[in-house]
Amino acid sequence: MVPPSYFMGLSAVLFCIGVLGVLLRRNIIIIFMSIELMLNAVNLAFVALSRAWGNVDGQAIVFFVMTVAAAEAAVGLGIILMIFRNRETVNADEINLMRW
Amino acid sequence: MTTAVSLAAINFNWLPILPLLVVTAGAMVVLLAGVRVSDRDSEGLGWLSLVVIAIAVATSLPMLGAQQVTFSGALVADDFTVFFYIVILLAAAVIVLMSLDYVADEGLPGAEYYALVLFATAGMMLMAAAGDLIIIFLGLETMSISVYILAGLARTDVRSNEAAMKYFLLGAFSTGFLLYGIALVYGATGTIKLHALSTLAVGASPMLLLGVGLLLIGFGFKVAAVPFHMWTPDVYEGAPTSVTAFMAVGVKLAAFAAFLRVFLVHLLGVQSDWSIVLWVLAVLTMTTGNIVALMQTNLKRMLAYSAIAHAGYILVAMTVGSSAAGAAILYYLLGYAFTNLGAFAILIAMARRGHPHETIADLRGLGTREPALAGAMAIMLFSLTGVPPLAGFVGKFSIFSAALNAGYVWLVVIAVLNSVMSAYYYLRPIVAMYTDTGGAEVVRIGSRPALIAAIAIAVIATVIIGIYPQPYMAASTSAFTSAFGKPPLATTASLHP
Repeated sequence: MVPPSYFMGLSAVLFCIGVLGVLLRRNIIIIFMSIELMLNAVNLAFVALSRAWGNVDGQAIVFFVMTVAAAEAAVGLGIILMIFRNRETVNADEINLMRW
Repeated sequence: MTTAVSLAAINFNWLPILPLLVVTAGAMVVLLAGVRVSDRDSEGLGWLSLVVIAIAVATSLPMLGAQQVTFSGALVADDFTVFFYIVILLAAAVIVLMSLDYVADEGLPGAEYYALVLFATAGMMLMAAAGDLIIIFLGLETMSISVYILAGLARTDVRSNEAAMKYFLLGAFSTGFLLYGIALVYGATGTIKLHALSTLAVGASPMLLLGVGLLLIGFGFKVAAVPFHMWTPDVYEGAPTSVTAFMAVGVKLAAFAAFLRVFLVHLLGVQSDWSIVLWVLAVLTMTTGNIVALMQTNLKRMLAYSAIAHAGYILVAMTVGSSAAGAAILYYLLGYAFTNLGAFAILIAMARRGHPHETIADLRGLGTREPALAGAMAIMLFSLTGVPPLAGFVGKFSIFSAALNAGYVWLVVIAVLNSVMSAYYYLRPIVAMYTDTGGAEVVRIGSRPALIAAIAIAVIATVIIGIYPQPYMAASTSAFTSAFGKPPLATTASLHP
């Protein structure tokens, strides 16, 4: 059996890739994908920890996280679409009417 | 170690979630009714929302003193919950009152607007009632997703678009941190129940501390603590003003409710590990908020930085962590809520479609043209400064005295210096209102009774809470202490296998 620490390590690496993606990339859609990667890294951690503890709390949480991520994707893509219609760009640096 | 969950221990007690059900069902009714209502006359939907909120308040009151737990401890119905239920619902009611004209004037989609305000309110209430970490997450997301949409509801306004995008991206980003924090806390303890965390003691595992740190980042984003505040000014400036008010008051109330319950109630065992971090955050937040606010000319942006600074004062009390400090935070939030609602309602009264009139220059001469409006604005700004006898003064005083009693002298010195500095930018608009001339032409306030009611409620509450603080302070104290109530029925996972 693969020890839980491997899963936790992978999850940490994925989470960091997600964080770096948000901080370094400028395309809003890529930023959004990186955020989804962060959430999925967390899901992996929950499942691994759930197995390590032998209770189902962690697995139940994953369902909530997936549902919320789907709702967030619906709203987020709507917002990105709205921006593109009005500004014809999805580059975060060009959307700067107000200073960051 | 397996957590044994016996079905008998799962109690389905509906009383604590009745207000939540009322608000959620009400939101759906508003949305459905909105099918037949054009955006131009959405006022009726607003009144319908007010009825929903009133019913929710009425169903919250029987929970007082009940000290109940439902759904195996997932929801807690103590006085702490009821306190936040009522304050959040009152804030939502004032928001609806100030939106009645504004939403129709600005051409915002009325049905969606009022339904989303109610959905977000339900999310906020869920955060306040949460008894485990995942409910906090669910409440946070219910609230946040609704508010993302609200921020971008002015679809053709590019600034509103930009506000929605920034709020969405950084909000979702912070959610990732919060969630990872929850995962690590779960990994360290094997449970997501908050009351199980109360038994933790200093010397906890690194995994737990990392998890607590990530939770701190997640909450830090939501309460706009420096250095997690970058989104606040832009989002507050770009969003429709009534939504900004909702973010500045409702979102902050809910975030602090969950923040308080997790850190000041259940994580007290590891307080020495996180209080030093909060000390630094508090100082950074107060100082940055106040210094940058000094340079603002746009009132909405200034109020955004002022909101950051006020989060800093609250973090001072959180650093202290005593029960006096906890009660002081609740009282402070109460005063803060009404003061900010009033200030934003006055900005709405200033605005006309296409002419937001939100700079300090627009306020010039308001004292002679609209003396009542100017007087109300002055009271709000004095309360934010902390001038006695208004709510802001008593709030700051109780926070600072709690910190002094606990021996945090330097923190109080920094906080008081900050408070003095803040007087400069709060008094600047007042000076403009009463000494200069030639500001923006304002629509006669007299023709908008709902807006007058919103401003009047805010003014009266700010004054009364300040002049006669004893009952509100007593309510805050009993609400905060009730959060330490007995742990719920035995479904507690054993912490150490």
